[in-house]
Amino acid sequence: MPVVSYIEAIKTAMEEEMERDERVFILGEDVGKRGGVFRATEGLYERFGAKRVIDTPLAESAIAGVGIGAAMYGMIPIAEMQFADFILPAVNQIISEAAKIRYRSNNDWTCPITIRAPYGGGVHGALYHSQSIEAIFANQPGLKIVMPSSPRDAKGLLKAAIRDPDPVLYFEHKKAYRLLKEEIDNNEEVIEIGKANLLQEGADITVITYGLCVHYAKEAAKELAAEQGIEVNLLDLRTIYPLDQEAIINAVNKTGKVLLITEDNKEGSIISEVSAIIGEHCLFELDAPIKRLAGPNVPAMPYAPTLEKAFMVNQDQIKQAMLDLALF
Amino acid sequence: MSKHTELGLSEEEVLEMYRIMLTARRVDERMWLLNRAGKIPFVVSCQGQEVQQVAASFALNREKDYSAPYYRDVGVVLALGMSIKELMLQAFAKAEDPNSGGRQMPGHFGSRKLRMLTGSSPVTTQVPHAVGIGLACQMNNDDAIAFVTLGEGSSNQGDFHEGANFAAVHKLPVIIMVENNQYAISVALNEQVACEKISDRAIGYGMHGETVDGNDPFAVYKAVKQAADRAREGTGPSLIEAVSYRLTPHSSDDDDRTYRSEQEVKQAKENDGLISFREYLIAHNILTEENEREMEQTIKSLIDEATDYADAAPYASPDTLLDGVYQ
Repeated sequence: MPVVSYIEAIKTAMEEEMERDERVFILGEDVGKRGGVFRATEGLYERFGAKRVIDTPLAESAIAGVGIGAAMYGMIPIAEMQFADFILPAVNQIISEAAKIRYRSNNDWTCPITIRAPYGGGVHGALYHSQSIEAIFANQPGLKIVMPSSPRDAKGLLKAAIRDPDPVLYFEHKKAYRLLKEEIDNNEEVIEIGKANLLQEGADITVITYGLCVHYAKEAAKELAAEQGIEVNLLDLRTIYPLDQEAIINAVNKTGKVLLITEDNKEGSIISEVSAIIGEHCLFELDAPIKRLAGPNVPAMPYAPTLEKAFMVNQDQIKQAMLDLALF
Repeated sequence: MSKHTELGLSEEEVLEMYRIMLTARRVDERMWLLNRAGKIPFVVSCQGQEVQQVAASFALNREKDYSAPYYRDVGVVLALGMSIKELMLQAFAKAEDPNSGGRQMPGHFGSRKLRMLTGSSPVTTQVPHAVGIGLACQMNNDDAIAFVTLGEGSSNQGDFHEGANFAAVHKLPVIIMVENNQYAISVALNEQVACEKISDRAIGYGMHGETVDGNDPFAVYKAVKQAADRAREGTGPSLIEAVSYRLTPHSSDDDDRTYRSEQEVKQAKENDGLISFREYLIAHNILTEENEREMEQTIKSLIDEATDYADAAPYASPDTLLDGVYQ
């Protein structure tokens, strides 16, 4: 089995889907000749041509809006936002339009668009190249949001997003692009949207997270198991909207102790909602208060390495939080 | 040679154009009555813009082109195949309304069958959508084109700029028609833009731009027909500005006496394109006293019938509230 990086998995998913269905096309800034500023579309322009890998003017609302129009025609666009931080000018198109097209037309029109956006920090990206922006979209019925935590998931979830009949936001962690590598079968795995993934079972504590934090949590859990014999039940949300409530409830009830992790600011984040679900459904199963580990409530991640490091949730913090919870 | 024959329009075609314009006006008038009678909660009007709306629509290929109308486009949607009954169903917000099943306010048109994109309330989001349709047509070698309309106030939105620029860069088959009715609710044109004409903006996008008298059906038809020809030939998009006047308040919830004079409105009513087009048709013996009476009667009975039908039709069941969020 070939070893594939997270970004190669993303590229391969697009390539295979474009090969499979000629309605699939890519549009975004620098996605063509340049192959994307992160090289996520490398080689696709050469392979599929300028008509299917379209370099657009620098205007995010048009990238989303033109994609939405093409989706209404019957095409399957993959729109790339160069950085998740720059998706904000397209929010009206995503929330007022894409999310509501099926509902407002009473099922007459549909909008099968995938919008990819690199998110996350730890890459010297400062305030505007580091943000986790998913919470803005995570109370908009009509949208789905996936955030893969591994190369295998990156590929399988992107294929699912492209094949989905409704709009899907796909947030990929830019630090994960070349950090995460794994063997992936050369297969056609499509990972179901809306289902969380129980990555490992454990009897002591439950950890629920998504995206790159899953990787840190996995590593921390490995250390804790070796050093302290603490067994972690680790749930990767995979789809952060709509949430897989059943999987969350089951995972929490198994151990009665839960740690929720996000790289985003804590307030009003995805884990706030996860925490509310737990509060509603698992109160009498809990043996400890819900514990949350998240970015601090400052506007965004600063540039200077000291400040960036202080902002980022890291493996050591996660390990400590796990240990504290286990010992509670 | 008369104006219509010069454009290749038959007597039947111009009469049909007039019939639809008149229908749009009468439907709109009825909606105001229904609103004032407490039967429907809201009206947003087409009055004063029917001539440009119908004339432009006739310049399209109504069998295959796509449209993204804006909320005043009763004339456009009638010309493109929506029925009076369907318009009444949306005014009454009934389940059978093909636009949204009563989910949206009136004036939020959309019909997949008619290749009419579903619209929203944030203005001008439809411009990039029409451009996306144009892109898809180009990619698929489909010789259909996309026709999108908006008000002049909306031409200040970012989506107008982003969409127009995208269409021009990729030479997409798109017609952007700004229906300049002089007012963005209460704010007059000179407080909305500093340029002389909205169509001047076309220069900045590198596309064809043209301003026409929206009260002149022949000028509008000609401009849109030429734009459609250019679009189909692959020479790219056009920005057409049709200038008329909004004869009613912005909506049934507005009071236009608070920001414009009755004298100004009165004068605009005298220049109503529907009056001059009627005179043209009479002068050319296309409209006679007899067929006009018959036309008015037919329209009235269709509106009566549609009103009764829509009034009696059921609302969507509350059980359907959760339907259509996802497939």
